Amino acid sequence: MGMEIGGILNFLVSFAIMASIYAIFSMGLNVHWGYTGLLNFGIAGFFAVGAYTSALVTSPMPTGVLTNYVKQAFGLNLPFLVGVVAAAMVSGLIAALIGLLTLRLSEGYLAISTIGIAESIRIFFNNESWLANGPQGLIGLPQPLHDLFPPGYYNYVYLVIVLAFLAVIYVALERGIRSPWGRVLRAVREDEVMASADGKNVFLFRLQALILGAMIMGIGGALYAHFSAAIQPSVFEPLFGTFIIWAMLTLGGTGNNKGAILGSFIVWALWSWSTFVILKIVPRGFETRAPFIRYVLIGLLLVIILLRRPKGIIGEERQVSRF
Amino acid sequence: MNSPSDSPILSLRGVYKYFGGIKAVDGFSLDVAPHSITGLIGPNGAGKTTLFNVVSGLYKLDSGEIRFKDERIDDLSLHQTFHKGLCRTFQISRELKLMTVLENLMLVPPNQEGERLWRTWFFPGRVKDQEGEIRERALESLRSTGLFHLRDEYAGSLSGGQKRLLELARTMMAGPELILFDEPGAGVNPSERLTLADRIRRLVSEEGITVLLIGHEMELVMDVCDPIVVMDRGKKLAEGSPEEVRSDPRVLEVYLGGAGS
Ligand SMILES: Nc1ncnc2c1ncn2[C@@H]1O[C@H](COP(=O)(O)OP(=O)(O)O)[C@@H](O)[C@H]1O
Ligand SMILES: [Mg+2]
Repeated sequence: MGMEIGGILNFLVSFAIMASIYAIFSMGLNVHWGYTGLLNFGIAGFFAVGAYTSALVTSPMPTGVLTNYVKQAFGLNLPFLVGVVAAAMVSGLIAALIGLLTLRLSEGYLAISTIGIAESIRIFFNNESWLANGPQGLIGLPQPLHDLFPPGYYNYVYLVIVLAFLAVIYVALERGIRSPWGRVLRAVREDEVMASADGKNVFLFRLQALILGAMIMGIGGALYAHFSAAIQPSVFEPLFGTFIIWAMLTLGGTGNNKGAILGSFIVWALWSWSTFVILKIVPRGFETRAPFIRYVLIGLLLVIILLRRPKGIIGEERQVSRF
Repeated sequence: MNSPSDSPILSLRGVYKYFGGIKAVDGFSLDVAPHSITGLIGPNGAGKTTLFNVVSGLYKLDSGEIRFKDERIDDLSLHQTFHKGLCRTFQISRELKLMTVLENLMLVPPNQEGERLWRTWFFPGRVKDQEGEIRERALESLRSTGLFHLRDEYAGSLSGGQKRLLELARTMMAGPELILFDEPGAGVNPSERLTLADRIRRLVSEEGITVLLIGHEMELVMDVCDPIVVMDRGKKLAEGSPEEVRSDPRVLEVYLGGAGS
C-alpha cells in the first residue's frame, strides 16, 4: 500500500506532537500522584479548561456569516503565549478551589470531586452553547507562526514549539522535585503525620502540588487546542482525557519524569498505530468498536508490564534529592 | 543542676482527653523542669501516648492548659508545635519508607530555602549551599548514631533497632528545645540500647535539650530518667526520683497487678 515517504514523515511528526503533549499531562499527573500521592481522576477537566481558555483568549469573535453558526462568550484575539499562560492560570485557579475544599478532608474526597468536576466541566461546555458553541465546539483556532511557513510544513514548527514547552516543564519540575520542596512532597506522600511531625504544613504543600500539576495540565490542554485547531466537548471524555494518561504514567514509571515521558510515547504509539491494524483485522461492521479494542490493548499492556515491573519501566530513583 | 526556682519548660494543668467513654487522659497536670530527663511510665493503656498526642498537637485536648516556655500551645497543630521547638517521636516508629535514610534526616531542618519552589528556580545557588550544609549535618548525626553506612538505604528496610536510632538522629536534626520520646527503647537490642541511653544523656548535657520520655520497659527509664512520673488510668499516680518510684507500693501494685509488662 505504497505510502509515500512524505506521508510517513507527516504521520511521525503528528505522532510526536501528540505524544509530547501527553508527556506534559503525564508530568502534571506525576506532580499530583507520583510525588505527592494526590488522586486526580479528573485530568480531562483541566485538559478541557486549558484548551477552552486558550481557544477563547486567542481566537477573534466570529464575524459576518459565521455569527449565525458560532456562538462564543468572548474572543480576545490575543497572542498564543497569552493563551497558554491564561490556560495555566485558570486551570490552577480551579485546582486551588478544589484543593481548598477537599485537601483538609480524607483523600477520597479529592478523587471523587475531581471525577465529578471533570464531568461537570465537559457537560457545561456541551450544554451552555453561548460560552463556546456547545457540542460543535470551536474550529479554526489560531496557530502560532502559522503564516510564516508553507502549510505542508507547519507541523514541524509546532513540534518544535511543543518540544520547547516539554523541555522547560521537565527542567523546572526536576529542579523542584530534587530540591527540599520535592522532598517535602514525597514525605507527605509517604506519611502525612510524620511530615507534620517534621514541621511541614501538609495542607499547604498538597495545595501547591495540586495547583502546579493542574497548571501543567492546563498548558497541555492549550497546546492540544492549537495543534488540532478545533475542540469539542467530546474530546474531554474520561477515557481519552484521564484514563490514558494514568496508563502512560503508570507504565513509564510513577515518580520519574523520564518515565512519564517514555510511557506517553509508548502508549500513544500503541494507541495510534493500532488503529491501522485493528481496522484491518476486525470483521466488517465492527469498525466503530475499534476504539474499545484499543483500550483493552492498553489495559493488557499495563497489566503485563506491572506484573513484571511493578514500579513501571523506569520507576522512582532511590536517591531523588540531588540539588 | 536545676534550682527549684527554674520555671518549667513544659507545664500541663488539668488536661483531659476522652474518646467516647474512654478517659484516656483524665485531669493530668505535670511540670517538666528545663534540662531534665523526665520519665513517664505506667501500664499499657494508661494514657501516656495520648498525652503526647495532645501536647504535640496531633490531637486536640478536651479541656485544660498546656504551656511551653510560658506560652499556651494547646491550640497549635503538630507542625506548629514543631516550630515552637518541640519534637516528638512515635511509639511505633514511623519513617518515610520509600525515602533514603539520609533523605529522612535532610527533610527535618525547619525553614529550608529550597522548600519554596520559586527559590529552587530563581535562587538555585542559595538552595544548593544550604542543601550542602544540611547534608553535612545529617551525615554527622548518622555517624554519631552509627547509621552512617546505611545512609543510602531505604528507611523502610532498616531493622527495628536501627529505626529507633534513625528516630534519635531525626530529633538531633530538628534542633528542638524539648523532645518527647515515646518508648524509644522498644524493639532495641542491648547494645543499641546503650548507644541510645548515651546519646539521650548527651542531648541534655551537651546541647541543653530537655527530654520527656515514655518508657514501658523499666531499665532504660530507671537508668536515664530523673524524675519519674507514674501515670495510671489517665491520672498521675506518683512522682519522684527513681528510688522513690521504685519503692512506692502503689506503683508496685499497678505494675504487678495490672496488665503486666
Ligand atoms: N485515637 C484513639 N481513639 C480511641 N481510643 C484511643 C485512641 N488513642 C488511644 N485510645 C485509648 O485511650 C487509652 C489510652 O491509650 P494510650 O494513650 O495509647 O495508652 P499508653 O500509651 O499509656 O499505653 C486506651 O484505652 C486506648 O485504647
Ligand atoms: Mg503508648
